[in-house]
Amino acid sequence: MEKILLRNIDIQDSHTLQVYESRGGYRALRKALKEMTPERVTEEVKASGLRGRGGAGFPTGMKWSFVPKDSLKPKYLICNADESEPGTFKDRLLIEKDPHAMVEGVILASYAIQSHTAFIYIRGELAFGAKVLERAIAEAYQAGYLGKNISGSGYDLELILHRGAGAYICGEETGLLSSLEGGRGWPKVKPPFPATHGLFGCPTIVNNVETLAVVPWIIDQGAARYAAIGTEKSKGTKLFCVSGHIRNPGVYEVEMGYPFRQFLEEDCGGVPGGKKLKGVIPGGASMPVLRADEIEGVRMDYESMQAAGTLLGSGGVIVMDDSTCMVKTAWNIARFFAHESCGQCSPCREGCHWMEKIFARIDNGSGEKADLDLILNISGNIIGRTICPFGDAAAMPAAAFIKKYRDEFEEHIRQKRCVLT
Amino acid sequence: MALEFSPETWRRFEELVGRYPKKEAALIPVLSMAQKEFGHLRLQAMEYVAKIIELPAARVYSVVSFYTMLNMKPVGKYHIQVCRTLPCALMGAERMAARLKRKLGIQVGETTSDGNFTLTEVECLASCGTAPMMQVNEDYYENLTEAKVDDVLESLK
Repeated sequence: MEKILLRNIDIQDSHTLQVYESRGGYRALRKALKEMTPERVTEEVKASGLRGRGGAGFPTGMKWSFVPKDSLKPKYLICNADESEPGTFKDRLLIEKDPHAMVEGVILASYAIQSHTAFIYIRGELAFGAKVLERAIAEAYQAGYLGKNISGSGYDLELILHRGAGAYICGEETGLLSSLEGGRGWPKVKPPFPATHGLFGCPTIVNNVETLAVVPWIIDQGAARYAAIGTEKSKGTKLFCVSGHIRNPGVYEVEMGYPFRQFLEEDCGGVPGGKKLKGVIPGGASMPVLRADEIEGVRMDYESMQAAGTLLGSGGVIVMDDSTCMVKTAWNIARFFAHESCGQCSPCREGCHWMEKIFARIDNGSGEKADLDLILNISGNIIGRTICPFGDAAAMPAAAFIKKYRDEFEEHIRQKRCVLT
Repeated sequence: MALEFSPETWRRFEELVGRYPKKEAALIPVLSMAQKEFGHLRLQAMEYVAKIIELPAARVYSVVSFYTMLNMKPVGKYHIQVCRTLPCALMGAERMAARLKRKLGIQVGETTSDGNFTLTEVECLASCGTAPMMQVNEDYYENLTEAKVDDVLESLK
């Protein structure tokens, strides 16, 4: 398979403008500014079938087309580099190894929606990534790809690198907007959507790093080439981050629709140490776990994952072998969400901590049989009752662990200890 | 004495604020600057930021108390943040935290009596393929083992 997103990362000094340009970088931008109207750029991305890689999978070109063309307000483009979903580390790789691909993607997207101010919101902890990006942005200004009259086209764009300060919820697009407005990262009720009422009430598009980093390739090579890769509804390639009990962890670029079992066993080398696969979370900790017997026939695309009862999410694949205590695992994830709930909506604020406490007491041997249905009840009362998808993201995995490993949970409660040790 | 930015930080503050569509949008980066300059964000520091960015002090406090990287209490010279989230937990994060506690003689959330090390447990730092991991100030240390934890601590002494 031809690498698209990872095409540059193994090249020496891939983070520099010189290397990026020598590999065809900024050719797409020059082409777009010279030969394409903003609408044409949007149409091309629409035709490519590209869907948002941050987790939701919304069609990117369609999102851009929701920005009102006749608005008198400023328009903003924001690159969401607040990568915080447990199990996900693909954007960090792109930021550190191929920053110009995302910068070029930011400029192309800004041109498409006719924004003159763009932001890269990078999570605060990624200090090294911020340094790499700072340098890349300075190089792009110097080369005339940013600033006034870009490449003599008359189009102007300012790009601001904005560092966050540590809060998972700022990866949610409206939480990010609140944070960028200088507030707590509190998500906002949708509708209205950011495309019409975003940053400071102005039309705003928020796209993930991976989404924007592939846009230059699409513009350069054409939508048809991109759309020829993948499945009917899930086009192109996607980055998957593999962690946990796996022989070869890391970031893989995979054609959408690739068989999941083959990916885990052959591409990633399978579970090491003579152990067996017990379960795998395919799309970051927010997504329901799959038991080992559930991955047969599952393919790595939005539709197949959904049919299997989970979601592709961010592509954070967390692998667990048969020595893994699922009670402890469910508690670990519940603790994450309890820590990160922003506290705006009661079902999430109260429910996440409540679930975490119950999982903790089961883990330490003081759980009761009724606790399992209690968690399912709490989870069911969070789903669909919060401002943002965080509530679902906390509730879905909690319920999935209990439903799929109920025997282990019951045995753990009965024996008042982990049944695996 | 009243807190104030140094002339160099003030210059960077003005440049930063000038780039944003509204002054308040720069609040978080300005708080990060203030934290670097003043060590941690005690009440006077928050009041100073509120004044220069023209926002109520309560708004600044609400923001500072929301974000994990903004510290209202002093942290040691080296802030060790060990990841505890699932991928790191599967690969032995608990053992790394235990090692750090034993070597430093402190619990999570505490600072050594010489003020050199603060130990914190944090959630996922996007380094799951090289788990377990920890961050010391701005640097990542990945693929940790207990021996590697010892080496890192030794190198910081």
